[in-house]
Amino acid sequence: MTEGGTAQSAEERLKALFLQGLAGEAAAYHAFLDGLSGHLRAFLRKRLYGLQDDVEDIVQEILIAVHNGRHTYRADQPLTAWVHAIARYKLADFLRGRARHEARNDPLDEQADLFAASDDEAAQARRDVGKLLDELPDRQRLPILHVKLQGLSVAETAQLTGLSESAVKVGVHRGLKALAARIRGKVKV
Amino acid sequence: MKTKDMVALLAAGVEPVDRHALARRFGWALLAGGLAAAALTLRMFGMRPDLDLMMATPLFWAKVALPFLLAAAALWAAGRLSRPGVTVGRGWLALAAPVAVVWAAAAAVLLSAPAPERMSLLMGSTWRTCPLNITVLSVPAFVAVMWAMKGLAPTRPRVAGAAGGLLASATATVAYCLHCPEMEVPFWAVWYLLGMLIPAALGALLGPRLLRW
Repeated sequence: MTEGGTAQSAEERLKALFLQGLAGEAAAYHAFLDGLSGHLRAFLRKRLYGLQDDVEDIVQEILIAVHNGRHTYRADQPLTAWVHAIARYKLADFLRGRARHEARNDPLDEQADLFAASDDEAAQARRDVGKLLDELPDRQRLPILHVKLQGLSVAETAQLTGLSESAVKVGVHRGLKALAARIRGKVKV
Repeated sequence: MKTKDMVALLAAGVEPVDRHALARRFGWALLAGGLAAAALTLRMFGMRPDLDLMMATPLFWAKVALPFLLAAAALWAAGRLSRPGVTVGRGWLALAAPVAVVWAAAAAVLLSAPAPERMSLLMGSTWRTCPLNITVLSVPAFVAVMWAMKGLAPTRPRVAGAAGGLLASATATVAYCLHCPEMEVPFWAVWYLLGMLIPAALGALLGPRLLRW
């Protein structure tokens, strides 16, 4: 486990990266998500004593939620508060799905600690998001495969799949939402 | 899939996000919901025949102001509840203020009226149908507002659902003023509010299911 500086400096660093990401800079956005997953992992590991095996799944779920909800972030708002609310919502969802008694406690009560530590040692996720991705319909799966996994441009993907460029963009967008929905479904035991 | 790979997947080829997504979604929802409520009012109930005369009176605009101000406050609250980590804060005050004013005005009217007339001031002639009419007129706006909010990121779905329901019903009530013949403050203070609260309660009830994201 590494202490990623103070929570305050992490907030500033991640926020700057996130804002660049919102402007369309993929490298900054990548660094933001990377940094965020470390903080989420440390934060959740410390709080979910009985659920250590699920931490990586929850981290992934929160990352997708952060991505799908990124248009709701307001630049004048602390990033910590925004991420914390999403993490809390997704964790409550997860715990409800598990029908564990933790749902009634609130293990994430200390928002200030969210960015206090970082943990880059990812455990193995139990759920395979790659498999869920394969279950998506082609009009969503192919755009994600080509644009997101193979790094092709939207125009190249359109040519390759025979979809229009806007259909490719919509496919990526809806596909990631559908992926989140499938993850929600799979969590239910 | 490893988290590292998922991060790479999410970050690959990101495009700039629409910074006005919230305004755009609520804008479309209210336009569609408001027009549908107006069309339904005219089709199901008809325009009140003396509307042009009424529109010259301040009392008519006081009546419209009640749902209009509540819709504005509900829009503010619903917008904030659609963003993670943002509190409604003073928005609650903006929601409470129109209610407090109309109740105070209603009390004043009732107290100054002769006792035998009080009942008819309160019940008007349409109390049986008014709340139900407002609820029915709210349906399109309710669907549209829930669509708008689901595409954002409400993390408190019950409260967000209530605010969205109130936004829908208050918008529909503005449209209902095209028809509603009641011109007594105590009537609005009870039956308009009840009509607006039914969809709000439904929103609170259904929010966790409808707004899941």
